[in-house]
Amino acid sequence: MTGYAFTNLIWDRRSFLRLPGLAVARAAPAAENEAQFTAEAQFYEKLPHKKIKCKLCPRECVIDDRERGYCGVRENRGGVYYMLVHSRVCTAHVDPIEKKPFFHFLPGSLAFSIATAGCNVNCKMCQNWEISQARPEQVRNMHLPPRELAALARQNQCASIAYTYSEPIVFYEYMVEAADAAHAAGVKSTVVTGGYIQEEPLKQLCRRVDAIKVDLKAFSPKFYKEVVNGELKPVLDGLVTLRKQGMWSEIVYLVIPTLNDSDQEFRDLARWVKSALGLDVPVHFTRFHPEYLLKNLPPTPLKTLERAKAIADAEGLRYVYIGNVPGHPAESTYCPKCRRAVVQRVGYSIEGVHILKGKCKFCQQSIAGVWGV
Amino acid sequence: MGSKVVIACDPSLRTPGPGIDSSRLLKLLDRAVPMEVWKQVVRPGETVGLKVNCLAGRGISTRPQLVDLICERLQQAGVRQQHIVIWDRLNADLESAGFRIATRSGGIRCIGNDVLGYEEELTAFGSAASLMAKTLTQVCHVVINLPVLKDHGIVGVTMALKNLFGAIHNPNKYHMNVGDPYVADVYMLPPIRQKVRLTICDATTAQYEGGPSYMPQWTWPYNGLIVSQDPVALDHAGWQIIERKRAEQGMKPLKDVGREPRYIATAAGPRHRLGALAPQVEFR
Repeated sequence: MTGYAFTNLIWDRRSFLRLPGLAVARAAPAAENEAQFTAEAQFYEKLPHKKIKCKLCPRECVIDDRERGYCGVRENRGGVYYMLVHSRVCTAHVDPIEKKPFFHFLPGSLAFSIATAGCNVNCKMCQNWEISQARPEQVRNMHLPPRELAALARQNQCASIAYTYSEPIVFYEYMVEAADAAHAAGVKSTVVTGGYIQEEPLKQLCRRVDAIKVDLKAFSPKFYKEVVNGELKPVLDGLVTLRKQGMWSEIVYLVIPTLNDSDQEFRDLARWVKSALGLDVPVHFTRFHPEYLLKNLPPTPLKTLERAKAIADAEGLRYVYIGNVPGHPAESTYCPKCRRAVVQRVGYSIEGVHILKGKCKFCQQSIAGVWGV
Repeated sequence: MGSKVVIACDPSLRTPGPGIDSSRLLKLLDRAVPMEVWKQVVRPGETVGLKVNCLAGRGISTRPQLVDLICERLQQAGVRQQHIVIWDRLNADLESAGFRIATRSGGIRCIGNDVLGYEEELTAFGSAASLMAKTLTQVCHVVINLPVLKDHGIVGVTMALKNLFGAIHNPNKYHMNVGDPYVADVYMLPPIRQKVRLTICDATTAQYEGGPSYMPQWTWPYNGLIVSQDPVALDHAGWQIIERKRAEQGMKPLKDVGREPRYIATAAGPRHRLGALAPQVEFR
């Protein structure tokens, strides 16, 4: 979901094992330690005959006893609904925050990035389907409770924890507890999500984390139905909620040839962002690479990405980026007033930051974002 | 057998207690599946997987008693014990239905998919893209599908077609739109379509509402077995049995409660051609 190619789970686990301070995080064969990963879900409704209705995401799965929801990580056990991925981390990396991507949130800092198995949609272009479309028992996991996660983030000089790679909404209860532990340790929390979540859990999430990046996968209900297996409207509503809650948010739009790359769709998107969210929300148009169930499509031509950016620029959006094209000038942040580069990026590297106290060093224009710890 | 559906019933199948009379069950099985059918379906040397349905525990799962009798008949048809594998999604599910896990080769094995895990490459058809259980892909040459006859709260009914959701890693992704076309698409995945040769639906106890969980208030003793080589024909026939029972109990048809199992018709359609919608039913 981040533009990061998650290529090999075994390699990934090895890299996890090499992380400094891992002594606090213990390998946990899932079958042996099931109980330590299980916590009662926060958002659900009990129905007659031991059925439950999940109230975390707009799908509202009605789940029989001993069955799981669409996400594969929440289970009805005798009429009580449990999430099965608390502290059950299947991947962890120390990444530049730019890789999420967050371009207006602590640039140049590191993010301790984690995921559990599971996702509440099934995007045909998913780059991390090996974990997002798996049940927790089907991947290797580590036991990483909130305080140990926060300690690991600090030990690895990370300014934030990023809940990412799969879909953090499905490990909501773990995420919010981890965010609290992180704050207590002086570490911030960021969420990389598809944004398919109900309003109440989203509002509560906003009180616990520091920034949310939403993958807006298209601007058409048809695409959401056919390619994402979800719905567009709740995601747009969620973005508006983020705005109202004052949450720092950025939008990523993965541009997929022939599926969501028309001028009209780019224009509709930009106009909606402008009217519903304002001009300061960063929008990243990122390059698609053939993955999962869309291997038949080519990578996004650079011209398409540049066309998308030009349309969004013309609509007046102030911070429009091109992503997954290392070295492109549109990776950098430009002051909307004097047009000089205030954050110069090459790939995930920061070449220079010219923002002081949230303002352009050259002309004193305010630059929207979270710039200092 | 083609698209023929055999329904064999014995009203005196039950013992005075809650159990089933094994000798009568064996006779019922023999009426439903004569020895010549076993010999057509399996060949010596092939490993035969018995895909049971155990999600709902002892109340409404494939009976171990029936599976024991099937194993007996398979051996008489020339299949060696070590070439028989009873399987479902999870060891825990199997145990909850009364099966004993047996992983050692040399005898009849009984294993959940959690023992061998799943393939690493996706197998896809239409809306379905899944990792297949290695028990199916690497162990079994042939599968005999052993579902139960029951209602399903999301996809209408669950019998032959739906039972193979237990062969994939991501069944939770395929319950939308009353399972249409997902149930039919999953059955089209080559290891399933190519290996399932016979379905014997355990309808000794059936459930007409509240499934897939066991809801004793909505079960009834159908005292039968439903057999076919055509999963579509079997599902259609089983669905009609459930509809008749619902009507008898004053319940609305599945269509009226938004759970008509349209996937059965989809499975019969030109894209899938998994079987016939108008089964030829023979009562024995």
